[in-house]
Amino acid sequence: MKAPKTSYVIDSLRHRLVTGCQTMAYPKGPPPSLPERHGGALKLDVTKCAEGCSACLPVCPTEAITLGEGGSVSLDLGRCVFCAACVEACPTGAVSFTRDHRMAARRREDLVLGPGDQTELRLADALDAKLRKLFGRSLKLRQVSAGGCAACEADTNVLGTIGWDLDRFGVQFVASPRHADGLLITGPVTRAMELALKKTYDAVPDPKIVIATGACAIAGGPFVGHPEVLGGAAALLPVDLFIPGCPPHPLTILDGLLRLLDRLEERSKEK
Amino acid sequence: MTDLTPLALLSNGASLPWGEVPSFPVHELVDVLAADLERGGRLCSFFGVPADSGTELVAVVAFDADSLLAIGRSQPFQGAFPSLTPRHPQAHLFEREIAEQCGVTPEGHPWLKPVRRTEERAPFNAPFFRVEGGEVHEVAVGPVHAGIIEPGHFRFQCAGEDVISLEIALGYQHRGIERALLGGPHRATLIQVEAIAGDASIAHTTAYATLLESLAGTEAPLRAQWLRAVALELERLANHTGDIGALANDVAFLPTSAACGKIRGDFLNLTAMLCGNRFGRSLVVPGGCRRDVDDATLTSMAERLRKALADTAEAVAWFWAASSVRGRFERTGIVSTAQASDIGMVGPAARASGLVRDVRFDHPAGWHRFAQLPVAVWPDGDVFGRARVRSLDLQRSGAYLEDQLQSPVDSELRTELSALRPERLAVSLVESWRGEVCHVALTDHQGRFAAYKITDASFHNWFGLALAMRGTAISDFPICNKSFSLSYCGADL
Repeated sequence: MKAPKTSYVIDSLRHRLVTGCQTMAYPKGPPPSLPERHGGALKLDVTKCAEGCSACLPVCPTEAITLGEGGSVSLDLGRCVFCAACVEACPTGAVSFTRDHRMAARRREDLVLGPGDQTELRLADALDAKLRKLFGRSLKLRQVSAGGCAACEADTNVLGTIGWDLDRFGVQFVASPRHADGLLITGPVTRAMELALKKTYDAVPDPKIVIATGACAIAGGPFVGHPEVLGGAAALLPVDLFIPGCPPHPLTILDGLLRLLDRLEERSKEK
Repeated sequence: MTDLTPLALLSNGASLPWGEVPSFPVHELVDVLAADLERGGRLCSFFGVPADSGTELVAVVAFDADSLLAIGRSQPFQGAFPSLTPRHPQAHLFEREIAEQCGVTPEGHPWLKPVRRTEERAPFNAPFFRVEGGEVHEVAVGPVHAGIIEPGHFRFQCAGEDVISLEIALGYQHRGIERALLGGPHRATLIQVEAIAGDASIAHTTAYATLLESLAGTEAPLRAQWLRAVALELERLANHTGDIGALANDVAFLPTSAACGKIRGDFLNLTAMLCGNRFGRSLVVPGGCRRDVDDATLTSMAERLRKALADTAEAVAWFWAASSVRGRFERTGIVSTAQASDIGMVGPAARASGLVRDVRFDHPAGWHRFAQLPVAVWPDGDVFGRARVRSLDLQRSGAYLEDQLQSPVDSELRTELSALRPERLAVSLVESWRGEVCHVALTDHQGRFAAYKITDASFHNWFGLALAMRGTAISDFPICNKSFSLSYCGADL
């Protein structure tokens, strides 16, 4: 192989000088924009639903859309894979994209749109004061993939790259559950991973938190109802944060983590 | 070669009536397959289909030089059949899978155990292969690993630092995809296919869509075929760049690791310009593609692609210039050409062992009939070779994409599929970034799936990693593993 003209030492240092710091300004500055065709969260305005219309029901691949009592539609963003089939099928624009990357919720029911005039999901509150004091500036997580397809894992890994630099928030993924303050789970939790996941959880010292990332870990995702899976982390463990998406955009995951730790500027302003 | 086979011949992406698939008594089928593999054929798929009186085995053999696939099946049988594995080790995992799924026994199989059966909340993997001896110790790793990666179990037999044997036991990611496909296509089928291996969604959905189009007796409009080819190369660029960064990280060469981690995201974002999703979800659909892309977006994509490719070339050049990197990679984790051929390896790992194997070139279907890529090959079969092939793939793939973005084809984007034709068998191969993915579908008398077999590149290649570790220091396992970069979920289904 032909030797390069200059050494990689000088080349890579020059590259560093020219490009400068590549870590995004967010959360102090504005968040990076979502891809133009990424719809962000969905909202559902049942008052716009045409009388007796159920066009969105048969097109939803995960049955995230159901008919409640009195024929009103509800949409579970925990089950949703954001394929947009319902948005395309809806004749009245009752279900539509918000372009908002923020989707993480503390309670499962906060992701269900429709009932009780909930048009948008209810975003997560921070941990209580005691846990925030413990984890607010240093949160070590063990990641467990339990049937994940490697997409949620990949976009969680992205948070460790120089553009996102998760370390600057004191959040790190560690190699052992004994070093961890909690688990970040991906995948629908296969029966084959049930024992390993339970053992990993048990090995994390108390107090600990559990984060379910992606449609699979929340409700089973594309595999909802399969006998080979438990249908999400909550079937086995108490979950403290649900981050929807298939997979969630890295910005959605980061927003969820920072929201939980009360590290977002917008939250401090609201108070 | 192919004029000698008694099997039915088919080109990639085509289908034929089930009745025209030649049928043999099972021991004869095994002999026919052995002879075909002897002649240079390669086993793409081998699986059982339930029949009224037992099981019928179906085999797909690829004759790469002739760009043809050979299909055959056995007559229904029960009980046992002579194992092909002692003569052709590339059948080993297929036969284990057949035994597990159909309850028939490949007699003479040297290591017959389940592939992905779950018992007691874990895969049924024991007992493991053991090397006895006073100096021998065993190292067990997984299922939960140290990084953010999928679960699998690795059982090493070591003498000091050196690995004598590695057994790889998977099944932790089994979520029932093939079982769920029976009677389909269903509502959730497409999103399940997207999640067979979430980093190779375009490859798997393209294979699936091509099957359906073939079974319906049509093909996707050219614009859709072109768009699929573009998305497939973007998928390759993102994953190769990410893995080169990860390889750099595993030998503590941080400039390339840091740069590639970021550039990988640039490629994912290019895919998101097509469909909104960084992993190409909701882009490929049976009958075509779901969303078109306008000229302004194409221009903008081409600009961003040029920048990302230049960044990649720079970061990869540092890596190849560093003797500390080469020192770790050269002569580490060798799979010889003969071994790679014997076990039926595919993709960059096979090409790094000197085998010319690339579906885009050998079995062109879709857009690859009109626009080809050269095949990147390297002779040595070590970690260096596998990294080298990845970086050559990056260059060729990048150049191909730049060409394609400049010359889009105009046509409809999607065609309505009519009902699937009954009692037909279709085969579709696609070269994912890891290598060949093979989908085979058989329809019943109503045109529903009576069988659907998925073979990810990882299914062929996991045993290659085990061979690469023989005689290699266990401390080199991370770079060997990363140089293959195989899918757990793609193998576990």
